[in-house]
Amino acid sequence: MAIKIENLDYIYMPGSPFEKKALDNINLQIDDGEFVGLIGHTGSGKSTLVQHLNGLLKPHSGNVIINGYSTDTKGEELKRLRCDVGLVFQYPEHQLFEETVYKDIAFGPQNLGLSKEEIDVRVRDAARCVGLPEDVLDKSPFDLSGGQKRRVAIAGVISMRPNVLVLDEPTAGLDPAGREAILSQIKSIYDEGNMTVILVSHSMEDVARLVKRLIVMNEGKVFADGTVEEVFSRGAELRNIGLNVPQVNILFDELVSRGMDINSNVYTVEAAKRELLAYFEKVKEGKENA
Amino acid sequence: MLKDITLGQYFPIESFLHKLDPRTKILIFILDIVIIFMAQTAVSYAVLIGFTFLLMLISRVPVKMYIKGLKPILYIIIFTAILNLFLTDGRDLPVFGYSIGITVEGAIVAVKMAVRLVLLIIASSALTYTTSPMALTDGIEKLLKPLSRIGFPSHELAMMMSIAIKFVPTLIEETDKIIKAQKARGASFDTGSIFKRAKALIPMLVPLFISAFRRADDLAIAMESRCYTGGDGRTRLREIKFTRTDLIGALAFLVIFAGVIAIDIVF
Repeated sequence: MAIKIENLDYIYMPGSPFEKKALDNINLQIDDGEFVGLIGHTGSGKSTLVQHLNGLLKPHSGNVIINGYSTDTKGEELKRLRCDVGLVFQYPEHQLFEETVYKDIAFGPQNLGLSKEEIDVRVRDAARCVGLPEDVLDKSPFDLSGGQKRRVAIAGVISMRPNVLVLDEPTAGLDPAGREAILSQIKSIYDEGNMTVILVSHSMEDVARLVKRLIVMNEGKVFADGTVEEVFSRGAELRNIGLNVPQVNILFDELVSRGMDINSNVYTVEAAKRELLAYFEKVKEGKENA
Repeated sequence: MLKDITLGQYFPIESFLHKLDPRTKILIFILDIVIIFMAQTAVSYAVLIGFTFLLMLISRVPVKMYIKGLKPILYIIIFTAILNLFLTDGRDLPVFGYSIGITVEGAIVAVKMAVRLVLLIIASSALTYTTSPMALTDGIEKLLKPLSRIGFPSHELAMMMSIAIKFVPTLIEETDKIIKAQKARGASFDTGSIFKRAKALIPMLVPLFISAFRRADDLAIAMESRCYTGGDGRTRLREIKFTRTDLIGALAFLVIFAGVIAIDIVF
């Protein structure tokens, strides 16, 4: 299930005074089972790019090829594409509409024309995936808390069992606890399934902790593409386009510049803890030896 | 697709029409409608068509925009023309020697109605292209002000209108987003029988209504927390003023309209 994007251009409202080039010659390849973070400033084109992945937007020039098929199709083939690539929009809880959580999660599988038994299996499985307890399924989605609503909406996409799961800012507007919960759920979904996950975010902390590969967008172009370490090692360039490296990395850079003998390529709190403990251990040993 | 709606869109450039007081423009527009429906003879129609071309010219808005505004109404125009063509009583009008139920009177009425509708749409487009929604509602509020003495809520009405107009683009954007999100879940809005399509609208309408109510609630709280209590004692950042330009413009239009009435009486 490889995603291949070739020379992709997309223009908003072509021919009008409001014309704007949203994507400019994008070339990307994302392989099966990758966990990719897509970061960029507001208006950098990241949301436009992900809408190309399931054919909601069609390229003005260039190609988007999912698993060998172009997204520029219609009818049944387009339906299969939508089923292959699950897209969770920003604030997905705003799209809930059914009377019960169960029915809402079942909406996607129903559109795929699955049997009742299969739908039931998928709904319960998707609910478990996002950590929704069984008794919530019969409640109205509008009685739930913000974080739970969002889980229901994400479950609504997971229940279609896509091969690629794209999440556009899944933690926007949640409190720290809700954010933490959603992110760890996404991590466990990635760990258990054979899904490719693409996480769109502007939180450096979130992506640094979760993803393996990072794609940075700026003004409709791919600005950087590589492992988390590779991308964040270009801190100065990232700052130039209005982005930043994770805060813990800023702290470590500062510590190194003040003469502490530690490795500054640290991007998560977990790694920072290990690095600091090892450092203090070393210092203690040094004192004992002296 | 949804973003292509142009009717009621403001076109921010500078022209004589843009500079006119919104009240002048609204009154001229109302007068124009009355005259369009009063005009009887071919000559007066010719004058009105000329007047409409003049409007398009001095608004400096590209003609393309006017044509775009006419497109959605095209079917209504064709529909009414066909109805008039066949359903008006009168002398039989044979087509290529065959009688197919069209009458001479019907043909005249059909053409007349089509011309009237086109002129109406162009005039209303000229009004909205050259007047920002805010100016438009301000103008309506000022025009209705005398009625507030007898308890007519002119300020509230204007406020409701400007809020409604302001939220149109927001709601269009929202609808677009919801449609996309449901499509991503395999929903299809353009296949199946009419009944099936109507049912397919539910996943779009429910979230749209919920978000509209939520927005209305938020807006009400935001307005109240800034001590909004209605129109009494409220001042404006930008007062609209009736200037010499308005006087000249209004007089010029009145002369044209008087001409049309005179032509109708003379012929």
